[in-house]
Amino acid sequence: MLLMPEPNAAVLSRRGEIVAALRRIVPGEGVIDDPTALRVFESDGLTAYRQPPMVAVLPETKDQVVEILKYCRRNNVKVVPRGAGTSLSGGALPLADGVLLGMSKFNRILEIDAANRCAVVQPGVTNLGVTQAVQHLGFYYAPDPSSQIACTIGGNVAENSGGVHCLKYGLTTNNVLGVEMVSIDGEILRLGGKHFDAAGYDLLGVMVGSEGLLGVVTEVIVRLLPAPPGARAVLMGFPSIEAAGDCVADIISSGVVPAGMEMMDRPAVEAAEAFVGAGYPLDAEAVLIVELDGCEVEIDHLSALVESIARQRGVTSCRLSATEAERLLFWAGRKAAFPAVGRISPDYLCMDGTIPRRRLAEVLRRIRDMETQFGLAVANVFHAGDGNLHPLILYDANKPGELDRAEAFGAEILRLCVEVGGVLTGEHGVGIEKRDLMDVMFSRVDLEQQQRLKCAFDVESLLNPGKVFPTLCRCAELGRVHVKGGKTRFPDLPRF
Amino acid sequence: MTLLHPRDEADVADMVTWAAADARPLEIRGGGSKQGLGRSRRPDDVLDLSALAGVIDYAPDELVVTALAATPLGAIQRLLAQSGQMLAFDPPNWNGLLEASHAPTVAGTMACNLSGPRRVRAGAARDHLLGFRAVNGRGEVWKSGGRVVKNVTGYDLCKLQCGAMGTLSVLTEVTLRTVPRPEAQGTALVFGLSDQEACAAMTRALNAPLDVAAAAHAPGPAASRSVLAGRGPVTALRLEGHAPSVAFRLKALQDLLGSADSIEGPVADRFWADVASVHPLLHKAERVIWRVNPIPSKAAECAGALGRLIPETEVFYDWGGGLIWLSLPLDKAGADGGARAVRGQVDLVGGHATLIAAPAVLRDAAPAFPREAPAVSALSGRIKAGFDPLRILNPGRLHEDR
Repeated sequence: MLLMPEPNAAVLSRRGEIVAALRRIVPGEGVIDDPTALRVFESDGLTAYRQPPMVAVLPETKDQVVEILKYCRRNNVKVVPRGAGTSLSGGALPLADGVLLGMSKFNRILEIDAANRCAVVQPGVTNLGVTQAVQHLGFYYAPDPSSQIACTIGGNVAENSGGVHCLKYGLTTNNVLGVEMVSIDGEILRLGGKHFDAAGYDLLGVMVGSEGLLGVVTEVIVRLLPAPPGARAVLMGFPSIEAAGDCVADIISSGVVPAGMEMMDRPAVEAAEAFVGAGYPLDAEAVLIVELDGCEVEIDHLSALVESIARQRGVTSCRLSATEAERLLFWAGRKAAFPAVGRISPDYLCMDGTIPRRRLAEVLRRIRDMETQFGLAVANVFHAGDGNLHPLILYDANKPGELDRAEAFGAEILRLCVEVGGVLTGEHGVGIEKRDLMDVMFSRVDLEQQQRLKCAFDVESLLNPGKVFPTLCRCAELGRVHVKGGKTRFPDLPRF
Repeated sequence: MTLLHPRDEADVADMVTWAAADARPLEIRGGGSKQGLGRSRRPDDVLDLSALAGVIDYAPDELVVTALAATPLGAIQRLLAQSGQMLAFDPPNWNGLLEASHAPTVAGTMACNLSGPRRVRAGAARDHLLGFRAVNGRGEVWKSGGRVVKNVTGYDLCKLQCGAMGTLSVLTEVTLRTVPRPEAQGTALVFGLSDQEACAAMTRALNAPLDVAAAAHAPGPAASRSVLAGRGPVTALRLEGHAPSVAFRLKALQDLLGSADSIEGPVADRFWADVASVHPLLHKAERVIWRVNPIPSKAAECAGALGRLIPETEVFYDWGGGLIWLSLPLDKAGADGGARAVRGQVDLVGGHATLIAAPAVLRDAAPAFPREAPAVSALSGRIKAGFDPLRILNPGRLHEDR
């Protein structure tokens, strides 16, 4: 189990006073301190961890956010920002001595600017809500995390969320033009905008994916794209993971960038098929779904190309969706893979490492070996186009020791991802889940450099502490300059 | 003046450590092709990275390439082309613009966040940097990002390095995302539009589901110095992709715009390369050249107002209006290179402006890079201190205090 920072007893002892102060800022129902009501916020999508906050506050205006943050800064109170609470890495896990800052009431679309292909939205608008608001104009918002019905744009910015289409259309960071944010000091900053490439340091780029550690976003300018005229999916079964992996590599090498390219192994296919009945081939070791979008001519051309590549790689079944309903059915199985696995196992942990695709077969083989070692089964779904794996480790939290074993298994998988040249997280974020593995991927100096960035935004480390970094930030120490041995080693080097 | 020639990353760390011990500022130089960009005052000591050149790893089917910092951009582009790939952000060659003769390097391009015409659809340089190794102002070697296309592990410091002009760390190695080179391309042309009409046409094209890859407009004077000279103002919209798709979309685009003309092949390549390199505005010496990034829908309004304000102003538009290249006659630009006039107009419509090419005295008279809001500036200063506390890496290159 992961340890969170020790609650500050001095802050806890002032709980009544803090609640009263927050009520002065947000009158009415917006401040929640009833222990039962606080249970609503005790966890996010990483349900293995639960901790009710000291108090939750749901502001409705930017001024209230400013005042809340100023108050917390002055009074040394920690703040955990939260969107819809769908994080899979514990990014919104509350702190016992912290204020949970819920942004759900910021749910308005402020402007749709067709001429500049963007929309200005509040952070509590859902991901799907953006697309729904602009589709009558022929636009959509490209990033589409599986939780898009529920997850919010503010949370997407914090986590730099992806989705099945990000191989072709990018992550949140590539689809956000600007944000307005409030710093822990209560300052309002506007980063980016409707214009291209704001000069100076790319603070917008840093805010996206900062997991609530750098500021609270109060407005987001999202980039809109013209919706493709059509999309069709090819559903393919392969006799081995290797063959499916080779097919993916060949598709990429041929110059096709599919809108989405998803792979599932046999256990995941079986679970999904039993749940949804999408017509997946149950005799295959791997199922590949390749989505092609664009004009009809392009889809016809590319689907023929993909099918011919697949045949050369020994595909055993291959179906091109004939109707929109069939395309959605192909996806229904993949999109329901997590809940489907939830039906065959009481609990599961979802991993999120990315690997170079050429190592795919080897990594899956080694995960199979680990199943025996840890005595737990795994179902694999992954974004094959970009090498982003989602091994689902099946366990039963009610059996003593199984959660610990599942976590150890997960850590081993992520170490393997880094070992083969990959990374700890492709789209779910570090949060608390991968926090203690950061030093597998980064050196002490790498992590210190990241934490110095944090110091520039939040010198007292009050925003979402205990997330992302295995050690708490000590800004005074990190800011000290001591240059070692500068003059002793250098004189031997060539100088001209 | 000391010219430091590190042989490898360890040398870079040693040399920065040496400079840090005495708080000696260093000018970070890759190929030297961007020396004319930004404020002219430079540190005496130069850290010349030219020996850190070469591609370390290129895996076409992973869509990534890793190269040492001073690898010539052209060498990477040629290598990618051999496998039918390219850099999606279309890095431009600004040597004509900056009167430089040295080959641009990959890390220099990323440090300046330079993108070409394809930027309007494919994103900027910053969208394609996946990971890097670097030496900070303390002389420490550090890294961020990775060598895979999808990664959210830790803060996205790749974004921060792009556009930082070497003021945060010395890049020693970069990993970029690559994309397939399109099998076919075609450019629809419309002649004779006013700036206002052209910007509206570009918006119509970019808003249609036709996957337009680039959109530029050259008013009469600029058009007369392009490969399409002789037919007045020209608006160009580029499509790329698989051949049947390009043919279909080109027809649809021409129908949408009432366009009867198109180009492809070497003529089109030449046209777009000229747009990228700002060629249509480089015919005369004694000019001041600005890059203006207005809110795209206000581009014609912004350029029109500037044309009325400063006589003999020449412009052309890229990125569907998101980029205006502006050339002012030196004798009309004024002692600040036109900064007050240009920025005044840009502020009215929203956006920002950067002074790109001008005599050194003008580049020092007014800040080349746009002003920031006080809170943003203060935060950026604290960020600089976190990477380079002694202010020895390219100090003042980006802003006076950075």
